[in-house]
Amino acid sequence: MLHDMSFALPQLLRGLGVTLEIGAIVVTAGSLAGFVVGLSLLYGGFAVRLAARLYVDTIRGLPVLVLIFVIYFALPAFGLRFSAFQAGITALSIFATAHIAEIVRGGIDSIPRAQMDAAKAVGLTFWQRLHLVILPQAVRRMVPSWVNVAVEIVKGSALLSLLGIIDLLLAMQNVVGVTFSPLPFYGLTAFLYFAVNFTISRIGGLMERRFAYLKY
Amino acid sequence: MAPILKISDLHKHFGPLEVLRGISLDVDPGQVVALVGASGSGKTTLLRCVNALEDYHKGSISLGDEQIGYQELNGRRVRLPESRVARQRADLGMVFQSYNLFPHMTVLDNVALGLVYVQKKSRAEAERIALSWIERVGLAEKVKSYPFQLSGGQQQRVAIARAVAMQPKVMLFDEVTSALDPELIGEVLAVMQNLARGGQTMLVVSHEMMFVREVAHRVVFMDGGVIVEQGPPEEVLVRPRTERLQTFLTRFRGVLR
Amino acid sequence: MGAYHFNWFLAWQSFPRFYWGLALGLELAALSLLIGSVIGMAGAFGRSFGPTWLRLAVMSYVEFIRNVPLLLLIYFAFYGLPKIGITMFDNVWSFVVALSVYSGAYLTEVFRAGVNSVPVGYTEAAKAVGLMPWQRVRLIILPVTFRIILPSLSNTFISLFKDTALASAVAVPELTYAAEWLNVNTFRTIEAWTFAAVMYLFAGYGIAFILRRIERRYAVIR
Repeated sequence: MLHDMSFALPQLLRGLGVTLEIGAIVVTAGSLAGFVVGLSLLYGGFAVRLAARLYVDTIRGLPVLVLIFVIYFALPAFGLRFSAFQAGITALSIFATAHIAEIVRGGIDSIPRAQMDAAKAVGLTFWQRLHLVILPQAVRRMVPSWVNVAVEIVKGSALLSLLGIIDLLLAMQNVVGVTFSPLPFYGLTAFLYFAVNFTISRIGGLMERRFAYLKY
Repeated sequence: MAPILKISDLHKHFGPLEVLRGISLDVDPGQVVALVGASGSGKTTLLRCVNALEDYHKGSISLGDEQIGYQELNGRRVRLPESRVARQRADLGMVFQSYNLFPHMTVLDNVALGLVYVQKKSRAEAERIALSWIERVGLAEKVKSYPFQLSGGQQQRVAIARAVAMQPKVMLFDEVTSALDPELIGEVLAVMQNLARGGQTMLVVSHEMMFVREVAHRVVFMDGGVIVEQGPPEEVLVRPRTERLQTFLTRFRGVLR
Repeated sequence: MGAYHFNWFLAWQSFPRFYWGLALGLELAALSLLIGSVIGMAGAFGRSFGPTWLRLAVMSYVEFIRNVPLLLLIYFAFYGLPKIGITMFDNVWSFVVALSVYSGAYLTEVFRAGVNSVPVGYTEAAKAVGLMPWQRVRLIILPVTFRIILPSLSNTFISLFKDTALASAVAVPELTYAAEWLNVNTFRTIEAWTFAAVMYLFAGYGIAFILRRIERRYAVIR
């Protein structure tokens, strides 16, 4: 058992590193792109709004796994070449973007319209209104759902193991395949995922408190 | 005549706050007793104690010769099992400030519910009785409606029908018009007045002084958890003896002259 | 690799495989919703009324499951359980077990929130009518809770349906597996994944449309 562990632990930790890397890249990319798409949903012209809505609803209506396979298998048929890692990151980012766009839209929408009117009355430009008045209020509303998406991303990154990317889950399967008592490794892996996501939730909680000056 | 409802020396506190400090009150059959007083005087708590919706710490409440909610066991006061309390509540009708109609049932089902599940009447019999009460509160065309489709006044009339259909020995009304828009209050009070004329025993918490003066046989003024003054409305409301009641009544001066 | 040649006819020939894959996915989701609801009701009850140890147990279960990838649970149910002597589940049933345990955690929260949001006035009115405790639960609290949580239940069903795609990882022949099969056996890659994606979208939004109608039919608390 001890021997198993000393053999397995480095592999699991390497896998954890890959999982964290995927999570970090996808959450960052998804948040940036999601912010843009979210604003497009609200303030874009008709065509932009329609395109954004179509994108968001299509992606949110698909299982992530199907999205991953589409990017990985189907796009190369059009001559686009991805590594498994690139395909996986791209698919998860497309997924994250759609969900975060919806969160950004919902968060901004939940701010009473009167706030926007008041900001207009003060004479602020659109970007000033957004950045000085609306976003500081909306951000707090977005934090809990944003944390949920981040957790879903970390969980979803496990699906990339199906493309042969040696993340935490595939590392576990590799380890499990060569030991006689696999149970502890399921437990340890689950615990590592739990620890990562629990940390994300805690950070989210701290951020919520940071913005707690907004009461309604 | 023996009182139908007998409250003796009732005490209740929420933590350090004493809300009832020795209330004794008898209600005779057919009598309409109105409880008046400022908010926080303990009227609503008293009413809720009568229906065993609240525990109390000392005293007793009896309906007929049966104690409500508790029994004496080796000299100690013990809460009755919920199933016994449920049976006792069937003899008491209660109408709430916030109507509390069951939102997933039609008007007819709301009124028939207790008849079917508590009084074990057949569905047909229950619906016949329910229908006649729904007609008497003037809502015959709404039997198949759901509560959210009714106005506040209509909901409250259904709530009254739901309680009265069980033919309770005593009806309890807890500020039933307080949540209503002013123009809807009249229709609810009219239903209550009809009940009173029909000889229904009623214990009513109300701020509608005109109604109290016209309908109540006896007015009980509570303040700070005690009964300060009681008597016929034309005395208590018109010639208050205590300063506390005088102060309370000043706010209704326009209504009562 | 040269230009891709579409062959929709070849893909169309395997339509039954997709169709039955879709049906199986819906069945798996429905079954898991059902079992998960039983777990969820029990969990909500234990979390609200149980002794301290039970509350802690339910809380740990919910937190743990919600922070662990579903695929890990699926692997554990399929590969792990037999290793500890539980061999009664084939791939389909081991997936149902995993998805039920997974959805049970989410549904525990759904039911708890639902029961907590039944206004106390309804319970008091039920008492005032003279209903027995179990009658209050059966006739008032449960029906009202059900109506309050109906939207959450349909959302859960739709996301469980999407989660059934993961069953392909243990060779359950649902819709994603059908696409993989077509891809591997005929190399109709684009057709296969277009088929699957379109069917997921149609089924998902179709179900959502129907469920919204049902919700409106039962939405009696406004």
